[in-house]
Amino acid sequence: MNNLIGVYTIWYRDVLRFWYDKARMFSALLFPVFFLVIFGAGLTQSIGMMAEGVDFIQFMYPGIIAMSVLMGAFMSGVSIVWDREYGFLKEVLVAPISRISVAVGRTLGSATVATIQGIMILVLAPIVDVSLTVWMVVALIPLSFLLAASMGSLGILLASRVKSTEAFQAIMQMLMFPMMFLSGVFFPMQNLPSWMSVIVKINPASYGVAAIRQVVLGNPPDSPFTITLFGHAMGIWENIGVMAAFGLVMSILAMWSFGRQE
Amino acid sequence: MSEYIIQVENLVKKYGQLAAVNDISFGVESGEIFGFLGPNGAGKTTTINILCTLARPTSGKATLDGYDVVKQQNQVRQSIGLVFQDSSLDDRLTGLHNLRFHAMVYNVPKSVRDERIEQVLRMVDLWDKRKNFVRTYSGGMKRRLELARGLLHYPKVLFLDEPTLGLDPQTRNYIWDYILDLRKREGTTIFLTTHYMDEAEKANRIAIIDHGKLVAMDTPAKLKRMVARDIITVKTRDNEKAAENIRERYRTDVRKDGDTLVFDVDNGEEFLPDFISESGIKVTSISLRHPTLEDVFLKITGHEIRDEEVGDTLKEALRRGGPMRH
Ligand SMILES: Nc1ncnc2c1ncn2[C@@H]1O[C@H](COP(=O)(O)OP(=O)(O)O)[C@@H](O)[C@H]1O
Ligand SMILES: [Mg+2]
Repeated sequence: MNNLIGVYTIWYRDVLRFWYDKARMFSALLFPVFFLVIFGAGLTQSIGMMAEGVDFIQFMYPGIIAMSVLMGAFMSGVSIVWDREYGFLKEVLVAPISRISVAVGRTLGSATVATIQGIMILVLAPIVDVSLTVWMVVALIPLSFLLAASMGSLGILLASRVKSTEAFQAIMQMLMFPMMFLSGVFFPMQNLPSWMSVIVKINPASYGVAAIRQVVLGNPPDSPFTITLFGHAMGIWENIGVMAAFGLVMSILAMWSFGRQE
Repeated sequence: MSEYIIQVENLVKKYGQLAAVNDISFGVESGEIFGFLGPNGAGKTTTINILCTLARPTSGKATLDGYDVVKQQNQVRQSIGLVFQDSSLDDRLTGLHNLRFHAMVYNVPKSVRDERIEQVLRMVDLWDKRKNFVRTYSGGMKRRLELARGLLHYPKVLFLDEPTLGLDPQTRNYIWDYILDLRKREGTTIFLTTHYMDEAEKANRIAIIDHGKLVAMDTPAKLKRMVARDIITVKTRDNEKAAENIRERYRTDVRKDGDTLVFDVDNGEEFLPDFISESGIKVTSISLRHPTLEDVFLKITGHEIRDEEVGDTLKEALRRGGPMRH
């Protein structure tokens, strides 16, 4: 019971902080808009149609949603490191709630924030000429949440191991940028050089990006956006399955590691 | 055994080769102010970290309110309040948010939550500032907010790790008023660390710690009596005769210092009236100085606790400029 309250409180704080941090909210919207406008305006004409009825900016749009979610999710690790740096983590760690509930609350909190950040991008749909349906919005919420929670657990796992802020930031940059840029946000899965194709398939974020794209752009079996694993074209549920499995492993590791730290 | 609310036995904490806490044992009585006095790096914070379940001891045993700090962490945590040496507030939220958060995780019943938050905020004079973001608070206000937060769940033991470090004298006095008042009203046991002598004086009992070792433990008065006697300085119409008198009557060495006489006696308060009425020599001035804890520390450890104080302003500057680990 106490632990449930703990989870809720930690979650609530994350959401509250996001709410009061207008700058973060603003930049969460600005960065993706920036990508959409620059790459969209710059490349859409010259690249031409990516698939039947899908131009480059439309192709990129669900990727940008996923990217916002990913960026929000990585914040969970970053904010633990900040909390340690600024001392608040001590207040949390001496509270009469278990370490596991702290880790769970943190994961859920940043996943909520990341989901909000992703869903905020939906405002831009008319600009890129993507028509949204209620079903899409309803499906995107849990999907974004799952993607954020899986990636957020990875962040928490790292934050509980790497104690120095500088080292953590270095690792995050080394991990976050490849994970974001090599996840199919900006390019389709087909016709990639084979080394890149391998990396994209190893990158767990790719499956989240693919699933979000499948929701927004539909899911034709011959789509050039589909991830093909060992000759098998991954359907949306299979992508979700990969995400969930990765998330499960990461969150177990994160809780174990977070619980053991001094 | 259970008359002690905190019981520490042969506690050791090693960081690599360094024994930050080196085999210390002590007990803290329920309701007392117990002071840990020692220079920077002596192991005070490390001891608190172990007692509040933030660090695991390398060996030894510690119990708080009968609960083992390693095996019964949740019970220990529920029984204690903390004011850390470095700020542990969420400065991106308001003072009120910080207290609400605390009330929730410490399971303060909803029915009394708001009332208690108001009570502690008024106690530290922050009620009017409750809706301001903590990052806009001054150092003293942050400390007071932490104190209020530490008390919110009515802990049995309140740990204060250098509670007034880096604060101006006025704020220090304020904070001490709160602490003393609290103990009187709630009977809270207070475990305090400090390297300020005047602060240590306010404790009922003091443990002196140096290089991870506990070197002495007693009431401030007894500690001082143990190592040094009261120091008397007098000026009389006839110093020669007075000196002879004193040597004979009080059996103590008298030293001439300019036109004054300096000597020490066991009990200065009893000595003064006796000397003035019995000596028969006109006394023009007389003063009594009690030995300080500084004298005690010097005598026991062979070095001054002040050694580090030179670096204090620098340390404060760093502290303000950026967070420090301990
Ligand atoms: N986490 C840690 N890792 C390594 N050494 C530490 C750690 N915490 C404290 N120490 C060392 O232990 C000693 C005691 O530190 P501390 O308990 O903070 O002293 P105090 O609070 O009395 O100033 C110091 O030498 C300090 O450098
Ligand atoms: Mg300390």
